Amino acid sequence: MILNCTGLHKHFGALRAVDDVTLTVAAGARHALIGPNGAGKSTLFKLITGLLRPDAGRVELAGRDVTRETEVRRCRLGMSQTLQHASLFPSMTAAENIALAVQRHTGGRIRPVPRRQPHVHDRAAQLLARVGLADRGRVQVAALSHGERKQLELALALACDPRLLLLDEPAAGMSTAERTHLAALITDLPASVTVLFVEHDLDLVFELADTVTALHLGKILTTGTPQHIRASDAVRRAYLGTADREELFR
Amino acid sequence: MDGQPAGDAEERSAATDAERRSMAREAEPRPRGQETAQRPVGPEAEGRPVGREAQPRSVARTARHGPLLPAGLAAAVVAGLAAAPLFLAPFATTTLTRILVFALLAVSLDLLVGVSGLPSLGHAAYFGAGAYAAGWISIHTTSAVPLPLLAGAATGALAAAATGWVAVRAHGVYFLMLTLALGELLHQLAQTWDSVTGGANGMAAIPSAELGGEPLRLAGYVYWYVLAAALLGFLTLWLVARSPYGAALRGIRDNEPRMRALGYPTRIYKYAAFVLAGAVAGAAGGLLAAQERLVTPADLGFTTAALALLAVVIGGAGSLWGAALGAALVILVRDVIGPDLDGHGTLLLGVVFIAVVYLLPRGAAGLVRRRGR
Repeated sequence: MILNCTGLHKHFGALRAVDDVTLTVAAGARHALIGPNGAGKSTLFKLITGLLRPDAGRVELAGRDVTRETEVRRCRLGMSQTLQHASLFPSMTAAENIALAVQRHTGGRIRPVPRRQPHVHDRAAQLLARVGLADRGRVQVAALSHGERKQLELALALACDPRLLLLDEPAAGMSTAERTHLAALITDLPASVTVLFVEHDLDLVFELADTVTALHLGKILTTGTPQHIRASDAVRRAYLGTADREELFR
Repeated sequence: MDGQPAGDAEERSAATDAERRSMAREAEPRPRGQETAQRPVGPEAEGRPVGREAQPRSVARTARHGPLLPAGLAAAVVAGLAAAPLFLAPFATTTLTRILVFALLAVSLDLLVGVSGLPSLGHAAYFGAGAYAAGWISIHTTSAVPLPLLAGAATGALAAAATGWVAVRAHGVYFLMLTLALGELLHQLAQTWDSVTGGANGMAAIPSAELGGEPLRLAGYVYWYVLAAALLGFLTLWLVARSPYGAALRGIRDNEPRMRALGYPTRIYKYAAFVLAGAVAGAAGGLLAAQERLVTPADLGFTTAALALLAVVIGGAGSLWGAALGAALVILVRDVIGPDLDGHGTLLLGVVFIAVVYLLPRGAAGLVRRRGR
């Protein structure tokens, strides 16, 4: 088990955003979190990454209790994320963005002395190529398209050499071509990288995921294979308020 | 901060059109698992591990402009500054000395404001603390050259270390207010701690700095001492800003939550920058004590802090050399043009500030950047 969440609670006033969620993610899994708006997916993500502290429950990363650890520490332990709205360094070029992530994770201490870092630049260029931005390295982030920014953010997350990669709506706002590229990229990730992702595009979810967890009103409805989820009445009801399979899955 | 001039952006996208096209080719689906094993490109591919040559390295490097032009320019400026007292009258030399001292303060503040995104309104506190410490050492112990300066830097660093841990927990306008409060606190301390600071009268009769047992009395010698020390300070800050640590500080300025998610302990990074800036400001204070030979509470008051921030904004935050230019402008207006305006120099500074904010949103440094990129 790479990730073990036990009895997680997070309340905002009377709203139970995450209500007793127990979630296990197997190492090497491609695990999707789905659920209608307000299901608590984003809050659960924040509890896992450490941006929010749970009111109760614990989070374990590879058997280690990280409930009280900061997101900085969790990143050092192999957890890496992309955010729903691409979160980058706008005054820098794409290559500089990645170099910033790479220099933290390769080549030792960050020193206050200028130095040539060929390994950082090589790795940054390699990551750029990997997400399909090979020739966009010198472009300022402000001049990148929305899809390109999301690709860049994925490269940033990969630069951390994650064991667990958390993607919050990776395909939101992407064109069809970019989406195809993203799907191929995620499929090609080595099995040493576990992926947990939130996504609204169910086609993409069923294409990529081997395990799907459906959330509704802060609680887990069900967890299972894509086939299981497709067949689940509870999931259909949560999404549509109806059990008519045709309307949801075409 | 990320707003690029529109014309610039168009130019760039035109230039990269070809690159886009080649990217589109590259985006074609490849056999699974081979996305890093790209086609070998030219001679570069020979003997290098697969996947390494995927990108010409230069793309990842940021080659803004050739290194020769700025280096030559810097050398010319340093040579000009070094030769200045040979041609200038003593009063002009003294003004130039004052500019250098204030420029070092402004550049150290720019490390916080422009590079790290920490707008401090209390930076003069560390400048003043350094000045008092250097003065005190000169009066009571020795004024032999590097010692008062080192005492100033150490005291500035200590004062920043003692107060900075609170300050770096705040963001944006709260950071501004907190540093303002801390600055006022130290200002009050300077005013009331009579036995050490001389209270409102200031610390007077500080002996001249001595080099090899000889006091530096001539304006020109004081100038060269200040110039040498200030250049050392500029160089330190410039190196830090260009280092991987400096890049991390810019990352924090741009997007601190993202930096934390990338595993950077941002608060410690900001704290270190705060202490370093305090140390350099303290060193600048040490130079002030050597030059004016009088330190008053005003030197660590709000006006000094605000003028330093003004210099940073006029010069263009983040470029360091821009802050030095801004400092020169501030001192020139205040000390050279001001007296001819019946003491309305501050008013003129206000007008200059408004003009700069309207005409050059990125300060003087923005002019060069626009052309350079």
